[in-house]
Amino acid sequence: MSTQSMTARPIEAADETALPNGSGAAALLAAGIGAFALAVLAIMGDRIAAFGKFAVFYKPTGPLSGVTTCAIAIWLVAWLILDLRWKRRDVALSRVSAAALTLLVLGVLLTFPPLANLF
Amino acid sequence: MEITAHGLWSLIHGMGFGGLYLLACSGAIVELWRRYAPGAPAEPSTRDERFFRIYLVAMAALGWLAVLTGAYIVYPWYRAIPPAGTISLAGYPQRLLMSSPTTIGWHSLGMEWKEHVAWLAPISITMAAAVFIRYGRAIRKYPPLRNAVLSFVVVSLIAAGIAAFFGAEIDDQAPVTGGATIHLINGGK
Repeated sequence: MSTQSMTARPIEAADETALPNGSGAAALLAAGIGAFALAVLAIMGDRIAAFGKFAVFYKPTGPLSGVTTCAIAIWLVAWLILDLRWKRRDVALSRVSAAALTLLVLGVLLTFPPLANLF
Repeated sequence: MEITAHGLWSLIHGMGFGGLYLLACSGAIVELWRRYAPGAPAEPSTRDERFFRIYLVAMAALGWLAVLTGAYIVYPWYRAIPPAGTISLAGYPQRLLMSSPTTIGWHSLGMEWKEHVAWLAPISITMAAAVFIRYGRAIRKYPPLRNAVLSFVVVSLIAAGIAAFFGAEIDDQAPVTGGATIHLINGGK
């Protein structure tokens, strides 16, 4: 059986322990990066006039359109890059999870206006 | 009984997509907590696993529909700028909220937070769906991965809850109205 046909087996039939954790770690960390990027871009859109103007991708929605579109682009690009690098290997999942959750929590906190206004 | 087109879209965005997302979140949390915990007594069947994959994908679709309809359909009506000389701000919710010190917080804190934090929900649940599609029941072999996915789903519930709370309150203080009037049903005499 070729390597390709082995990797193409459905998950149900695959040896569960043979799945590297890299893909999951990549998805987790990328989501954390996306959440944090959203908060940072929101602050930039509010504080930096030139960025706020650039971020108007759709006039009726205003800078929110560019802020969210850029954050989604950063999230997806980060996911693609991390997945390409990690999908065939095991990574330090606890550390990656901790980093991803920290970024997510920071993302939630930094979107809170009283905290965002500190910058 | 009538409703305006803008009011109907506001309802579809908030109570439709957003409300269903919130309801679905609790189901996903229970399922991840109970069935996919390391050492859970019962092995999930292939059918259960397939159902949960579809469930998470449907949640991701609901999450994206909620934020996209909110940002690109309802929000432009919310932030519409009244023409000079406008006396009644009833059709301009953002300006109506900002016109009074007792309501300005609903915009400066409520809407400003809601419009950004809500996006963390679809990002988180899309990640959860992708991880589950990839790993399925094998996620039980990776407790840190399963715990992190569960945490992201919990945070997505919190983010959606914040958005829902402020959305409901803002709509109560300054509803989005306007557009064509849709006649629903005749009232009683």
